[in-house]
Amino acid sequence: MTQFSVPWIPRTTRTNFGYPAMAFTAAVVWLIVAVVLYWVSSAALESHPTAILFLVVGPVVLAALSVAAGLAVATWPIWVPVLLRLAPIILIGAVIASCFGVWAVNALFLWVQDDVVASAVNDPAVDTWFGWPLTIGEITQAMPAAIPDWIAPLVWPLQFPLFRDVISMTTLIIFFTIVPVFVIWWERKVAGRIQSRLGPMRVGRWHGWAQSPADGIKLILKEDLVPKDADRILFRLAPYFAIIPSAAAYMALPFGVKYVFRDLDISLVFIIALLAVEVHAVILAGWASNNKWSIYGGMREACQMISYEIPMGMALLIPVVCAGSLSLKEIGEVQSGGWFTWLAFSNPFAFVAFIAYFIASLASCKRAPFDLPEAESELVAGFLTEYSGFRWALFFFAEYAAMFVVCALAVILFLGGWNSPLPLSWGDYVIRWFGDNWVSKGINGVLFSGPVWFVAKGVFFLFVQLWIRWTLPRIRIDQVLYACVQVLLPMTMILLLGSTLWVWASTSDSTAWMWFDGTVNVIVGLVGLVFALGFVVIAAYGFYHRRRLVGNLVIDPLPGS
Amino acid sequence: MLPNGFIEQYLAIGLTHYLVVAAVLFCCGIFTMMTKRNAIGILIGVELVLNAASVNLIAFDRYLVSHEVDGQITALFVIVLAAAEAALAVGICINLYKNLATVDVDTATKLQG
Amino acid sequence: MASNTRTVTPVLTAAVVLLGMASSAALAASGPGAAAPSSVTGAVPPGGILEPILFYIVAAVTVISSLGVCIARNIVRMAVWLFIALSWIAFLYFLLAATFLGAIQLIVYVGGTLILLIFGVMLTSRSPWVRFDPPKIEIAAAAVVCGALLVTLCIVLCRAVWPATEGAAPGVSVADLGRGLLTTYLVPFEVAGVLLMIVMVGAAHLARQEKK
Repeated sequence: MTQFSVPWIPRTTRTNFGYPAMAFTAAVVWLIVAVVLYWVSSAALESHPTAILFLVVGPVVLAALSVAAGLAVATWPIWVPVLLRLAPIILIGAVIASCFGVWAVNALFLWVQDDVVASAVNDPAVDTWFGWPLTIGEITQAMPAAIPDWIAPLVWPLQFPLFRDVISMTTLIIFFTIVPVFVIWWERKVAGRIQSRLGPMRVGRWHGWAQSPADGIKLILKEDLVPKDADRILFRLAPYFAIIPSAAAYMALPFGVKYVFRDLDISLVFIIALLAVEVHAVILAGWASNNKWSIYGGMREACQMISYEIPMGMALLIPVVCAGSLSLKEIGEVQSGGWFTWLAFSNPFAFVAFIAYFIASLASCKRAPFDLPEAESELVAGFLTEYSGFRWALFFFAEYAAMFVVCALAVILFLGGWNSPLPLSWGDYVIRWFGDNWVSKGINGVLFSGPVWFVAKGVFFLFVQLWIRWTLPRIRIDQVLYACVQVLLPMTMILLLGSTLWVWASTSDSTAWMWFDGTVNVIVGLVGLVFALGFVVIAAYGFYHRRRLVGNLVIDPLPGS
Repeated sequence: MLPNGFIEQYLAIGLTHYLVVAAVLFCCGIFTMMTKRNAIGILIGVELVLNAASVNLIAFDRYLVSHEVDGQITALFVIVLAAAEAALAVGICINLYKNLATVDVDTATKLQG
Repeated sequence: MASNTRTVTPVLTAAVVLLGMASSAALAASGPGAAAPSSVTGAVPPGGILEPILFYIVAAVTVISSLGVCIARNIVRMAVWLFIALSWIAFLYFLLAATFLGAIQLIVYVGGTLILLIFGVMLTSRSPWVRFDPPKIEIAAAAVVCGALLVTLCIVLCRAVWPATEGAAPGVSVADLGRGLLTTYLVPFEVAGVLLMIVMVGAAHLARQEKK
């Protein structure tokens, strides 16, 4: 029944002996190379550990890998069906493994930076442009005795901040590429469920999980079109202006206390600035397409985005006033005392400001009821009409990446960021129980404060954005601007004023105010708790009844089945 | 071949480097103001000139009196006022377009003579 | 697929380069003089090796884009060159450790004023390819005048002797800026607020639709 075939695995029942033969030849060649290089290195380089690592261990590992690859290709009818059956478990396992990987790599970097480099002896006569390079001998001396000496050459490149930065940046790029891929699939599933159908179900056999990668591959393979009378240079330039600010915003986002790529002291304003630059992509895309609908869509969209930046910025100032800093990391650290220290619950103005920020951010991402520029039923596709193939994919990547950034801002500023609802001080009990080692740090990371909570909360708000999009009808451009200028803007101004006065009153020493503040904090926190628990209850009910759809279940049969 | 310290002089970034950049920006802005007939083109030149002034202010603040905020606050005011003036000027250009159906400033000669 | 690699590779390169530049600028700004060894050997200048490289790249792009503004004849291209110039001037501010000002430049200038200018361009242009050019003799005269001005300024600036300063200076924090705005510069701050309100009313009045 499956109509697709993966082109690089031959679909014949006869086993092809070509690939295993090639693999065995390659393995023999690598082994000969390894023996020769070992002889050369032991003679000429005096068994330098780095040389042995790269020249000998490398070929041997490649030999083993070639043999394994050849065997895998030879026996594919056996393991490919099993793999397809196990695909969801493998996916979830990969996600969990990559979480552990990120944690381990981060811990490794911190260990190198804090322990090894700090305690090694520096020889100031050796000066290069990257700083003082530590020799392998110095690293071996500085490492704890429990770790074997052959790890030192592997640790050696990690002492340079440039190398660590490259690895961290690669991780960030992978993350911000995976988020849109996942969210596009998830949106289609959520949309399906809300519309009483199932969403993608075929590509990948388990709920169509491979739909997004398949769509990505399809878009890359499409023809590269530029309209005839369009401004070629600006048309090609516009997607870059969209994707680069979305990507650069991830640099300043703190995923955890020690999981920040660059801890800027103005990171909030930096992210707002990058979201402001994205508007240009829309205008240029609309203009450069030389198409009336694109220009209308582009101008309307620019108008909407810049109008909603004002209430968004004002709502974002309220947690800044409460926490006293523009740095996202510090704002997150202020909220480490559990559910009731989260800034959304610190005063009622902040709670309403959270809702106002969420609405303004929906409009700023051109999502949900404010997606007039992408109104498929009205403007063809708005400013994206003439874009196809990879350029269109880039715009969508930028949009979904910006959605996550905006949700992440909501989470850090209002809902505690990487902190769990339990106070961080309870982590001391875990340390007392298990000792101050990696085990207790891991448990604390999962229970009290860690990137897992940050990503989970961000994904939850992404879900709310998807939910709102497929529930509410689209509103007109004049209603959009009315909502901004005549509703949200005065509302956020009053909230900012009220919140500032509240914080100013809290700096006084009157005990009456302390009691009042504490009571209101608890009340607002309980209101938030009711909302959260209500959501959990409704989600559990829906999950329990997930096989029941309202109305007729529509599955379109494929031709020929 | 090169005099002693020639490269080092260019490697240590000082005040003069930033002032030269600002001077180039300023002259480009004035050239744009002088040679464009499109009213919005003239505005773009004005923006370049104002940015050159801001770069100057911040460079002086950082290199001469880095513990004071005067330069940065003045640059902030320059940015704010430039935005205000651009808003008004674009309004005037739109009015010009409504009345004369073009933004060519050489055609706005009704009050001439 | 081959034709789309033309899109993929520049995008990836640009993204990586810009991420790297932005992060390096942030690094340079967050700690002026990152991990610089002493100038015993004189090999690395004070302030690290990254600062001169970054400064020259940023200054080069700023100068090139402002020249692009002068030379471009299509008004939309001029606006795009201005966008590039303003963004890289924000990088310059980051290099000068004025991080808040750099972010404000991006928010207000690039994300506000420039969009206003582009809206003005689009509302007043009749076709994308119309150009008005002054006669060549005027352009030549303007070039001579501006060139002379530039040369004079550069000579004066390079010969001026500024008071001796140290390389890595303590920066000004956002809290100091806020305090300055509310104490020393309170009156200009309030006047600027009133001025902005006047400008809003005036601009809305200027651009209103006539009731026929």
